Amino acid sequence: MSTVLKAQHVNKYFYDPETFQVLKDITFEVQKGEFLSIVGKSGCGKSTLLYLLSTMDTDYEGAIEMAGVTLKGRNQDFLAHFRNEHLGFVFQFHFLLPEFTTLQNVMLPGLKLGKYPEKEVEDRAMEKLRLIGMAEHARKPASKLSGGQQQRVAIARALINDPTIIMGDEPTGNLDKANTENVFEIFHELADKGQTIIAVTHDPDFAAGTDRIIEMSDGSIISEHKNP
Amino acid sequence: MNIRIAAQIAQTHLLAKKRQTLVAMLGVTFGIAMFITMISFMQGVNQFLEDSALDASPHVRMYNEVNTQRPSLIEQLNPGGFNVVYHQKPKDELARLKNGLAIADRIAKEPGVLGVSPQVATQVFYNNGPIQLSGTISGVDIERENRLYTLTSRLKSGSINALRTNPDGLIMGSTLARKLNVRTGDKVTITTPGGGTRILRVVGTFGFGVGTVDNTKSYANLSTVQEILQKDPSYITDIHIKMFDPLQALPFGRQLRAEYGYYTEDWATANQAILAGEQIRNMLTYVVSITLLVVAGFGIYNIMNMTVINKIKDIAILKATGFDGKDIVAIFLLQAMFIGLSGGLLGLGIGFSLSYLLSITPFEAGDFLSIKTFPVIFSGTYYAMGLVFGVVTTVLAGYFPSRKAAKVDPVSILRG
Ligand SMILES: Nc1ncnc2c1ncn2[C@@H]1O[C@H](COP(=O)(O)OP(=O)(O)OP(=O)(O)O)[C@@H](O)[C@H]1O
Ligand SMILES: [Mg+2]
Repeated sequence: MSTVLKAQHVNKYFYDPETFQVLKDITFEVQKGEFLSIVGKSGCGKSTLLYLLSTMDTDYEGAIEMAGVTLKGRNQDFLAHFRNEHLGFVFQFHFLLPEFTTLQNVMLPGLKLGKYPEKEVEDRAMEKLRLIGMAEHARKPASKLSGGQQQRVAIARALINDPTIIMGDEPTGNLDKANTENVFEIFHELADKGQTIIAVTHDPDFAAGTDRIIEMSDGSIISEHKNP
Repeated sequence: MNIRIAAQIAQTHLLAKKRQTLVAMLGVTFGIAMFITMISFMQGVNQFLEDSALDASPHVRMYNEVNTQRPSLIEQLNPGGFNVVYHQKPKDELARLKNGLAIADRIAKEPGVLGVSPQVATQVFYNNGPIQLSGTISGVDIERENRLYTLTSRLKSGSINALRTNPDGLIMGSTLARKLNVRTGDKVTITTPGGGTRILRVVGTFGFGVGTVDNTKSYANLSTVQEILQKDPSYITDIHIKMFDPLQALPFGRQLRAEYGYYTEDWATANQAILAGEQIRNMLTYVVSITLLVVAGFGIYNIMNMTVINKIKDIAILKATGFDGKDIVAIFLLQAMFIGLSGGLLGLGIGFSLSYLLSITPFEAGDFLSIKTFPVIFSGTYYAMGLVFGVVTTVLAGYFPSRKAAKVDPVSILRG
């Protein structure tokens, strides 16, 4: 087992409207192939932490290292490329590009990475859509999908570049039981193949099925335990 | 940066708001079409005026300036003394060029000279019953003069041969002939400044399309005019010179002046009013066109700014999934460039159509100008310039919103 993510003494402040410490001395590690869930009350800082881990928010104290790369002090272009290659992200409010089709939405990060030719990116995107049961909507514009459908497409998009780490901010928040279970299965399979999953969730059943749970309260990690 | 994906995204954005795209495009189209039409027409006018002025005037004219500004005799003998001479009259000096014919022959041999025509020019009155019209007569060797001004093509009636065979012949400016109510074959009486009168026969009329010439001038044989003025056959007052390259005339004129000591005047000095008018028209063209393009540019700037604001979520998602600042700039700059290029090309087409329509519109200029339709120049340079202007304006107008888009902080948008 190797460590793919290491966060050390991470502090994060918001200055508006008044100085407010959201994250307090967050330190934890994630192993390769691990399926980790982060739980905690609304407003305790889960999303904020995930944005730091996503490399999009660079305004913090402490150190974050992912896939063997220290991310502090890197320029934006480097971080963009790093995200493209190593991270798959499912946002809490699943955002797709409304004017593009479902398929195009999934393909875009793959085309940007440029590792495979366009035709192959398309095949891979179709395969990911099939995985989450959205293949028949491939040619629909994203603006015409339901909330849950959009969320599933966002999951497919997060998978397209076979990222080292997949992060989800309540990735199953809008899904029915059957679909939630499907996504859960997919995550487990990916973790078994060596990809790492970090999911923020409010769903106790979902959390109970993951490898490890980190519980947060008021910006601090208060407990951490492995599931049997 | 991957231009193909950027182009694909840009295309999707443009197609998603066709109406806005069209409005932005039409702004550029209008600016460029105006630019093309104006510059083609204005330059056409410039060219036409310049041509007709250049055609009708010598590139260099050499003459003897009879100078009245000479120092008085007492001033020469007693310089610095208290000398007062009121209203000194000019010397009785002839306006002749000494050895004029020989000088003309020598100049004709210089490289770059198209033709030289030595002549005697004098003021005269044309008598039409009780009315006297003032004008000029140029005594010329009609062959040489023809080489300079292609008189044959400017004759409205008669022929230049008739002048050669008729010592009392006169080829008269067409407007002048009409004022005097004379036709080819009619006789006209002239009075010289010396007071002599002479009856000449009109053997032809000409029109240069330049009012000041057609209104006043007549050609006669060199020997005839020398005779009227009671001068010897070597009496020459002017030498007209045409060069192959009009621009060469300026230094050549200075050279001749230094060489022969006579006053020379080149076409640029003689036609300063036309050249000044040309500059004003050029200025006007550029000011109007640039104003239109700037307005179009602001239109694009506005629309691109709005697009960036509307698409801020898209930008955040693209950045979150790994598109960097350069990709984002490319996406929006490509949109601006597409608007500029397509609007510009359309503008070129419309500009061409408008200038073509103008060039076939009948234009009644009267006697003064020899044209039947508006003068328009069709030149690839203007079209290239128009396109470059259009693209540069749109790229500038698109660049700032694009840079703003590239600076969008995805977290603040995605946090919801
Ligand atoms: N831009 C901001 N400026 C100031 N305070 C903020 C900002 N974003 C979030 N916060 C505050 O930071 C705290 C943590 O927010 P965060 O979104 O991380 O909570 P969360 O744990 O994800 O909650 P939820 O489960 O409801 O999504 C909240 O108290 C929130 O009000
Ligand atoms: Mg949250």
